[in-house]
Amino acid sequence: MSTVEGHLGSDGETHWHEERRAIVVNAAGVGIAVAAYGVSFGAIAVTGGLTVLQTQFLSALMFTGGSQFALVGVLIAGGGAASAVATSVMLGFRNAFYALAMAPVLKVHGLRRLIAAQLTIDESTAMAVGRSVEHDGGRASRLAFWATGISVFVFWNLATLLGAAGANALGDPKVWGLDAAIPAGFIALVWPRLNDRRSWTIGLTAAAVALALTPFLRPGVPVLLTAVVAVVAGVLAVRRKVES
Amino acid sequence: MSATWWAVILATLGCYAAKLGGHSVPQHFLERPLVREVSDALPIALLMALVAVQTFAVGQTLVLDARVAGLGAAVVALLLRAPFLVVVVVAAVTAAVFRHLGWAV
Repeated sequence: MSTVEGHLGSDGETHWHEERRAIVVNAAGVGIAVAAYGVSFGAIAVTGGLTVLQTQFLSALMFTGGSQFALVGVLIAGGGAASAVATSVMLGFRNAFYALAMAPVLKVHGLRRLIAAQLTIDESTAMAVGRSVEHDGGRASRLAFWATGISVFVFWNLATLLGAAGANALGDPKVWGLDAAIPAGFIALVWPRLNDRRSWTIGLTAAAVALALTPFLRPGVPVLLTAVVAVVAGVLAVRRKVES
Repeated sequence: MSATWWAVILATLGCYAAKLGGHSVPQHFLERPLVREVSDALPIALLMALVAVQTFAVGQTLVLDARVAGLGAAVVALLLRAPFLVVVVVAAVTAAVFRHLGWAV
C-alpha cells in the first residue's frame, strides 16, 4: 500500500477523509437497520420463556442473529436443548467462511483476532468485502469491517434489551400473534438468499422434508436433518461444475 | 443449571468456535468446492425448514392455524420490500386479527 499512498499525496488524503466519513455513516445506518431484528429477537425470546439475562447473553456473546433466532425458535417449539444447539451452530458455520475472507484483509493476531472473530457476521463482512483491497491495501475494507461490526454490536444489544424488557409487559404471546412472528422472522432472514431457481429448490425441498418428518421425530430433529438436503445440493452442484 | 442455560452456553461456544476457526485455519482448508457449496446451501435449507415447522407444527402434529395467515402476510410484505421489523409486525398483527375475528385458532 505504500507505493499507492506515496503517489496520492494530499488529494489522496482528502479522498480518504471523505471515504472514511462515508464508511462510518454507512456503518451507523446498518446498525440502526439491524436494531429492528434485535427488538424482535428480544421480544420473541422473552415471550417464549427465556429470561432477559439469557436473551442478552445471546446477543452479547453469540452475536449472530440467525443462530440466535434458531436456538430460541427450536427451544420454544419444545425441540430440546440438543437439537436447538445443533441447528444454531450449523447456521453459524457460515461465519467461518466470512472469517476466512476477512483474515487476509484484517491481518490481526492475539486479542484483536479474538475480538475480530466475534464481530465477523453477515453485515460486517458484507460492508468490508464490497470494497476493493487493491487500491489502498485494504484500509477502507478494514475500517468498514470494524466500524460496521462495532455499530451492529452496540445497536443489536441495545435493541435486544428494549425488546426483552418490552416483552415482559405483553403477556400471552398468542394474543399478539407473536407465534406468527417467529416464522416471519425466519422467512425475512432467508429471503435475500432466495435469489435464483436453485436456492428456491433447496429451500422448498428442505421445507417439505422437515414437514414430512415432523410427525415421526422429536421437535427440532426434522429441521436438523434438512442439513442432508444442503449436502445433496452441494454434491450435485460440484458434479455439475466438473461435468461442464 | 437449567437445560436452557446449557443450550445457550453450548450454542454460543459453538458459534464463536466457527468464527474463530475461520480466522485461524489455513486458507485451503475451507476452500474445497464441496465444503463451499454445502455451506452456501446450509443456511437456505435450515432457515426454510424452520419457516415450515414454525408455521405448520405444534409439537409433532401438523396444523393449520393463524400462523399461516401471518406467514402469507410476511411474504407479501417481503415482496413489497418492507424492512425486517415491518415484516415481523405485519405477520403478528395478521395472525392476531385472524384469531380475534375467529377466522383461525
